[in-house]
Amino acid sequence: MSPILDIKNLYKSYGTTEILKDINVSIEPGDFLVLVGPSGCGKSTLLNCIAGLEPITGGSISIGGKDMTHVSPKDRDIAMVFQSYALYPTMTVAKNITFGMKVRGVDQATQDKKLAQVAAQLQIEPLLNRRPGQLSGGQRQRVAMGRALVRDPKLFLFDEPLSNLDAKLRVEMRTEIKALHQNLGASMVYVTHDQIEAMTLATKIVVMKGGVIQQIGSPAEIYNRPANLFVADFMGSPAMNLIPAKAHRADDGTRIEITRKSGGPIVLTDTKNRDLPEDVILGVRPEDIADPDLRGSESTQAAECLIDIVEPAGADTFAVMQLGGKHVTARLHAETTAKPGQPKRLSFDLGKVSYFAPETGLRLN
Amino acid sequence: MTDISMTSAQNQSQTGKIVLRWLLYIALGLFALFYLMPLFVMITTSLKSLDEIRTGDLIALPRDVTFDAWRTAWSGACTGIQCEGVRPYFWNSILIAIPAVAISTLLGAMNGYVVAQWRFRGANIIFSLMLFGCFIPFQVVLLPMARTLGIMGIAGTIPGLIFVHVIYGLGFTTLFFRNYYVTIPAELTKAAKVDGAGFFRIFWSIFLPLSLPIIVVTVIWQFTQIWNDFLFGVSFSQAGTQPVTVALNNIVNSTTGVKEYNVDMAAAIIAALPTLFVYVVAGKYFIRGLTAGSVKG
Repeated sequence: MSPILDIKNLYKSYGTTEILKDINVSIEPGDFLVLVGPSGCGKSTLLNCIAGLEPITGGSISIGGKDMTHVSPKDRDIAMVFQSYALYPTMTVAKNITFGMKVRGVDQATQDKKLAQVAAQLQIEPLLNRRPGQLSGGQRQRVAMGRALVRDPKLFLFDEPLSNLDAKLRVEMRTEIKALHQNLGASMVYVTHDQIEAMTLATKIVVMKGGVIQQIGSPAEIYNRPANLFVADFMGSPAMNLIPAKAHRADDGTRIEITRKSGGPIVLTDTKNRDLPEDVILGVRPEDIADPDLRGSESTQAAECLIDIVEPAGADTFAVMQLGGKHVTARLHAETTAKPGQPKRLSFDLGKVSYFAPETGLRLN
Repeated sequence: MTDISMTSAQNQSQTGKIVLRWLLYIALGLFALFYLMPLFVMITTSLKSLDEIRTGDLIALPRDVTFDAWRTAWSGACTGIQCEGVRPYFWNSILIAIPAVAISTLLGAMNGYVVAQWRFRGANIIFSLMLFGCFIPFQVVLLPMARTLGIMGIAGTIPGLIFVHVIYGLGFTTLFFRNYYVTIPAELTKAAKVDGAGFFRIFWSIFLPLSLPIIVVTVIWQFTQIWNDFLFGVSFSQAGTQPVTVALNNIVNSTTGVKEYNVDMAAAIIAALPTLFVYVVAGKYFIRGLTAGSVKG
């Protein structure tokens, strides 16, 4: 099957400022691609380039197997949902949804049929005669989605569609978008700065920084095997612990030495990874530092740590300590015995550990 | 004991507030009276006969109300050798003002839309240049404009005056609309582009319907400017195409013999009525439009 969206060697610059550098992404039909990164990383610009709203400086974009590099937005067979919803303020909800069809000269009967269909799908029938100003944020969001759905395009584009909603509604709409994607089987490109949104929605994630792609992969790949320190730090909440450590070769694997604030260093043995340089940055997810009684796999090893802060969060309790000169977070269970200022035995699971080179920030294992 | 003293203190501050409020009203009332005085004198004088004006008091109410002066001013007063009153000139002004207001408003809206929403290379420079046009004094453009009108063959005609007012008004109307449209999120234009709408479709279907407040502001501003204009009117018109302001000047300044104050006053009020009317009808929107901020959908 040919890719539904294929971006090759895309460059974008404003004057002498390069916004996007050598972007190569392609997705298969039915994929949910999420572009994620901090603000200013170029993800929204990339989406606008895909939509044809921004001309590109170099490279090519094809949608549905056709070269669309220089095609105007209306002929790209796309639909877009915007952060501010961008509903036409003077038109009713019904007119907002049918405006595109009206412009393209679709006959009235088809317009009515499609409108009814989309309104039923999104449960917005009672709102059809209202104006955007009379709707709540969540309702506007639905109308904006309706306007995209009615188009039945090859590719849906979402530009941070949930960032104007309150936290509770955001989670609800997130689930709804996911359900919509599953039901329609449509191909979607979704921009967000929220890494949880990225993880929950995507079938494929592109992590960007400074106009450069840092890593492309499935959510699991991005989470478990981040390609560099930036991705490791950006994806996951709380963030991955990045602890400076020393690696020494030993008979049964690699000894990893982490300094503590008081007492000798913690020494862990990694049996899987060999041939590491002496200076490494150890990347451990908070859930891989846990109460000792919970984990019993061969890769776990226990060590005594001095707990600085305990943060109960309902389902879990986070404990913060200092290792290797950095704050390190452990995800403990809710009824943990950890107390601030007191030492506690914690088990480290090195099964999914990442190593990075301190100078380049690149992954070593 | 403390309770009683407390309430009396509260009462005192309450009365203090009321007194202050009344002082404010009185001061405002006095100012209003002061500003209305000229209008009062104009209206009462226009309703008096010449005899009464000569013998009576300037601010006295008319003894016998007569509309003769109004009748003369409208259709009988002499401007030089013709004695047709302000009526033909009043129509000239309408023929000039209405198309000039309509065209300059529409073009201003289009310009503002382009400068604010279709960012192109040099958009800011073009906008700055148009803004600069607002600050060019009338007198500076008189000679070049006369030459231009001559070349175009519309010197001394009503279309010529419309042209002058449209050109001179464009800077202001563009500024008004640009500042209004710049508050509208660019995503609205993007959404319409994705929906397949083009440049004019987006303007007509999305931006113009949003623009009522700023249209009202622009229309009031332009109408007042154009209706009250004297310099362009006197410079670029000839007999038969003069606007009402020029006619008023001629009536007041070219009479010989007895000065007919009542007719002058009536003519002046007639000349001022349309702008007054526009402001009263649309003034509410004027304030609203000037303070209107974003139109978050």
